[in-house]
Amino acid sequence: MKHLTIATGALLASVAFTTLAQAQTTLSMWYHGAGNEGEATVLNQIITDFNASQGDWKVELQSFPQAAYNDSVVAGALAGNLPDILDVDGPVMPNWAWAGYMQPLQIDETKIANFLPGPRGMWDGKLYSIGLWDAAVSIVTRQSTLDELKLRTPTLDAPWTLEEFNGALEAAKASGKFEYAFDPGMAWTGEWYPYAFSPLLQSFGGDIVDRSTYKTAEGALNGDAAMAFGAWWQGLFTNGYAQATQDPADRDNGFAAGKYAFSWNGNWAALGALTAFDDTVFLPAPDFGAGAKIGAASWQFGVSAKSQHPNGASAFIEFALQDKYLADFANTTGLIPATASAAAMTDNYKEGGPLAVYYDMTNANALVRPVTPGYVVQAKVFEKALADIANGADVAATLDAATDEINADIEKNGGYGH
Amino acid sequence: MASQFLKSNRTGWLMAGPAAFLIGMFIILPFVFAIILSFTNQRLISPNPTEFTGLSNYRQLLSVATLTLDPIKDAAGVMQKAADGTLEYPAIRSFTRGNPDFAHLAGMREWFSFGWGESRTYVLARDVVFLTALVNTFIFVLVVAPVQGALALGLALLINQKMRGINVFRTIYFMPVVVSIVVVSLLWRFIYDGDSGLLNNLLGAISFGAIPRVDWLGNPNTALGAIMAMSIWQAVGFHMVIWLSGLQTISPTLYEAGAIEGATKWQSFRYITWPGLKNTAILVLIVITMQAFAVFAQIDVMTNGGPLDSTQTIVFQAIERGYGKQDISGGSTISVILFVLVLSISLFQRWITRERP
Repeated sequence: MKHLTIATGALLASVAFTTLAQAQTTLSMWYHGAGNEGEATVLNQIITDFNASQGDWKVELQSFPQAAYNDSVVAGALAGNLPDILDVDGPVMPNWAWAGYMQPLQIDETKIANFLPGPRGMWDGKLYSIGLWDAAVSIVTRQSTLDELKLRTPTLDAPWTLEEFNGALEAAKASGKFEYAFDPGMAWTGEWYPYAFSPLLQSFGGDIVDRSTYKTAEGALNGDAAMAFGAWWQGLFTNGYAQATQDPADRDNGFAAGKYAFSWNGNWAALGALTAFDDTVFLPAPDFGAGAKIGAASWQFGVSAKSQHPNGASAFIEFALQDKYLADFANTTGLIPATASAAAMTDNYKEGGPLAVYYDMTNANALVRPVTPGYVVQAKVFEKALADIANGADVAATLDAATDEINADIEKNGGYGH
Repeated sequence: MASQFLKSNRTGWLMAGPAAFLIGMFIILPFVFAIILSFTNQRLISPNPTEFTGLSNYRQLLSVATLTLDPIKDAAGVMQKAADGTLEYPAIRSFTRGNPDFAHLAGMREWFSFGWGESRTYVLARDVVFLTALVNTFIFVLVVAPVQGALALGLALLINQKMRGINVFRTIYFMPVVVSIVVVSLLWRFIYDGDSGLLNNLLGAISFGAIPRVDWLGNPNTALGAIMAMSIWQAVGFHMVIWLSGLQTISPTLYEAGAIEGATKWQSFRYITWPGLKNTAILVLIVITMQAFAVFAQIDVMTNGGPLDSTQTIVFQAIERGYGKQDISGGSTISVILFVLVLSISLFQRWITRERP
């Protein structure tokens, strides 16, 4: 009898639910953050608020684990089965837009005028995706280390030069107090390599691909500047400043355990570093000749090409762009809010907040990864080249081979629409 | 005659039907696709139309060329020597990049080289990574097939006896087979860790620190060997069970007769056990060979083909290209090459182990 009551109750509830929903058109949405409770809470809050705020649309969320997300979207697209709203990693967006998986957003550009450049997903002159946050990378170290090694504290206006940076590594190595002077994060294989290391190449004056045409990597990835970068990169390992293969546990805890003097790490790890040492400082990227650079663009929201209701999907994304949600996300994930006004609403990024320096860094030094559909392949080629050089491969031959592979791929794809 | 065959076997066909359908749908059909795609420029994601490109994918993968160079001589004709006393040769780069006199070498890369008197011959390849993967896979098969087969036979002989608690041993040896290869690979990554890994600690303890720490997976000289050792350990239990089933089909009366004749242990193994295991041996050999050619998960979890391509394998490259680099045609081409290799090797194995009249 009790079971029957519950079943009837459930039935009634679901009937009531569907009647209520009939007035609203359902918009499906895919998100990459399955298993991340903090993100899910904020996102669900946005969806609940949006569904309650108007009578036309009702967003339904489906979450995927990040590792399987891109494959799921590709598989869904091949099966003609994409949701209305999807989220996309910034550098991957041009690939999906070019392949016809996404359509431009119906959001007025004045609405995002105050956004950082990284979170704006532009392709072919149109806005395809927009992010609520960005990420930044810095040199993490301790004030006491800088004092002890008698190093100048670099600033955004006067970052370390190549000589100063190398001098800092040498001084840290000579002090004998650290297992390795520098922790570039070799354990984080995958997107970390192009995200964190291609700005170093760009600071030397090279690039993954020639951005003036996007038709070739010749000269960008194997020119003089790239060769200088390659030699310097290999030197990090042959000089014993860094280790070419790293235990993932050391990546996570090595700095806190005092193994490394300097760690090249993202703002998402900054709170941990602050907990480890009171005097942790976040130094801006060095300038190797062509200006200090750090990567930009994180996960962003977009609308799938096959969506029947792009106006509703865009309405939801526009709704999510409110400062309070940007601040909520930043507070739960530690990522950088996309606007200055949202940053002021957070504990970490407000004026004088412990991570406020990251907002300034991304504002000053951010450079998005190459905006081309070929980036997906170019990122893999770049990652392998850097790993090989770190392991002792010949610099010129490796960069030449990487250049050839990227060029062959561009050619095979008819120039990727550039 | 054929219709008679089909009719009288109607029940048989009915029972085989579901399996035949599934194999057709999910193995044969995709494979036919792979063959077709290998002659096109099909991409995983692309708005561009697919075009037939003939054999270009195969040419891209398999092209090799040689280049023989004389040492650099100065104006007086004296050969230049590097700081370490070796002869210096012109940079390969000056021939393979933008050199119209060597247009056929454009875009090629040094695979390996060997000295030939004073001159030096360079073997250049268009796709060094794939050829390295091919060689690595062959090394992997040539080591794993005999070693794993022999170890499995040894274990099977050990546990093929009536003894209390023998099932405990059987379970222990079989356990790694039941655990997912991904989990096993993750665990062995910790074991092989260059810093605080179990293996380094163990070697250090038994040698009182005399054996230096080795970064097993980070060193190009040890990475493939480390993966081979782990792979052999992981699947040895499976083949042990197959050997065991073969052992148990041998009639005990043969051993009794042998014992009465005064056969030694070695003799009864050589003249009773081994001939009785012939068909099992063929099965084990072919299965291990095929499995070893398909080595993928270990590589994907433990090394990603690195360091310096020392653990690239054929299947890893097929998947890396097809999905990672969105080049379905390239991945398909590698799969077809692998299929031809495995098929010819299996046929060869079948032929040398055939029944001789």
